[in-house]
Amino acid sequence: MNQSAVRIMIVDDEAPARRRMRDLLSDCAGAVPHQVVLEAANGHEAIRGLAETDANLLLMDIHMPEMSGIEVARHLAGLEHPPAVIFTTAFDEYAVKAFEVNAIDYLLKPVRAERLLAALQKAKAMPPLSREALERVDNEARRFLSITERGRILLVAVADIIFLRAELKYVTIRTKEREYLIEESLTRLESEFAAQMVRIHRNALVARRAVKGFERSADEEGDSHWEVLLNGIDERLPVSRRQWPTVKGLAKT
Amino acid sequence: MPSINQNTANDALPNFCNLGVVLRILVTVNGFALAASVIRHPDIMGVAIDFAEGLAVVEPVLLLSLMLLCPLRRPLGRLGYGTGAVLVILFEMLLAALAWRVSVAFSGEADTGQLARYTVFAGCISALLLGYFFLRNRAFSPALAEARLQALQARIRPHFLFNSINAVLSLLRAEPQRAERALEDMADLFRVLMADNRKLTTLTGEIDLCRQYLALEQLRLGERLKVEWAIDPELGQALLPPLMLQPLIENAVYHGIEPAIEPGSIEIGAKRLGSQVELSVRNPYRSAQDHHSGNKMALSNIRERLALHFDVEAELQTEASESSHLVRIRVPLRFKEPE
Repeated sequence: MNQSAVRIMIVDDEAPARRRMRDLLSDCAGAVPHQVVLEAANGHEAIRGLAETDANLLLMDIHMPEMSGIEVARHLAGLEHPPAVIFTTAFDEYAVKAFEVNAIDYLLKPVRAERLLAALQKAKAMPPLSREALERVDNEARRFLSITERGRILLVAVADIIFLRAELKYVTIRTKEREYLIEESLTRLESEFAAQMVRIHRNALVARRAVKGFERSADEEGDSHWEVLLNGIDERLPVSRRQWPTVKGLAKT
Repeated sequence: MPSINQNTANDALPNFCNLGVVLRILVTVNGFALAASVIRHPDIMGVAIDFAEGLAVVEPVLLLSLMLLCPLRRPLGRLGYGTGAVLVILFEMLLAALAWRVSVAFSGEADTGQLARYTVFAGCISALLLGYFFLRNRAFSPALAEARLQALQARIRPHFLFNSINAVLSLLRAEPQRAERALEDMADLFRVLMADNRKLTTLTGEIDLCRQYLALEQLRLGERLKVEWAIDPELGQALLPPLMLQPLIENAVYHGIEPAIEPGSIEIGAKRLGSQVELSVRNPYRSAQDHHSGNKMALSNIRERLALHFDVEAELQTEASESSHLVRIRVPLRFKEPE
């Protein structure tokens, strides 16, 4: 982290909590010079605001609507220079233990000024949070997948995904509107999103809710196989013989 | 104030007006009548005819005694448990004898053996049922029932407590008066939460508590939380177990408002349905979103408390649609007597 200027973003969905944090930070201003560059009320605002403000330290609540603070940090970890993150939480026994094990700093609300000061001083020397450590703290399925492009993070809601297809090094995300490329393993995506997606082929997962039906189709060699018809797009994907028994139940009658 | 549990006073006669007690008596007596017929006849037709004949005697006695015991239970109860129980048994035997007298008037033949059988059957089954209710009462004895009620007492989520303290701290410097009000609300809320909650409260009291709770949530959530009330003003003095509505509203905030960025509205209602009060709480439903495990816990807690208070006379229903989640509680309507 840049030694000279600490550029802080406060991320919390509760306005009073943000105000309290601002008050406490101003109490610490003498010991740790800093600037509060943005207050964000949710993960989207935080991710959008990061590119605009160039904040290098986030004080972020864990329990937030739509996207938890931990998920936000997981998306940030894809950046070349991710900001430092100090989590705040009111009560979360389980997560608190996991933080300690993984050497992730956190503050319990209500936060004391001395404790905040110590965390600010330590943050300068902390290595950026790794994806792996964050996943150990919270391995819940993400709500979004993120694509990092030139320092900006683009989020794709998992609920909008129609299928995921592995291609060489990348995985293609297909939504109704367009395609995106991410560098993740299909096997890990399959286990993370087992509730929403199902594997239909060695190289593809489709969203269960997007499955419209199945149709027999013959390939060039004259072998016939099943293809899945999807809601929202015309593209069809082949179902492998091996996956057919587990997939066929998804057809809506 | 009336006691919360209708039959937990020490070794009391069962409350013959209580639907649960009535049902248990009806099922048991008819069950015994059927068993008696089955034992006496080898073939199904014989059992059916004998059972039907038996019912012609049993049913009037049964219904008449329930109708009379309901208003008589208070005077009987004043005589002490032992005397009361003996009187109930004698009363049943007397009714059985009367039934025999009536049947004699119809058939014309006076069978004294039958008179003895009727009265002995009535006496035995009354004693048996009283014994059953006595043991049931002991099993749900005041100490036990109270311990269970205490344990089941609605608990505020720690998350809410610490976030509220944090919200009050945030007000202290800029708006000390709002901070004062918030602390007063918290004090009232925790006073009720920590109080001995075996006494019934009025709907007005419960709603005041809910308003204080919601004021604290409003402090944290601001514009995101909207509340619509539809309370029948005539139900203000209706009696309820305390902390029935508040945990439902807490759930609605936790599951319907907190997981969403967009503002949402909670609808709280209380209306009269014949001899019952229906309380309802509706919140926006966000499918497949945040935290759902806590919900069932809170509901099963309320369901068990309702059972301890009202036995089968209260019910809790949930209804989930595409966009909202609705919880309804129905309890018998009773009003607080003016002091």
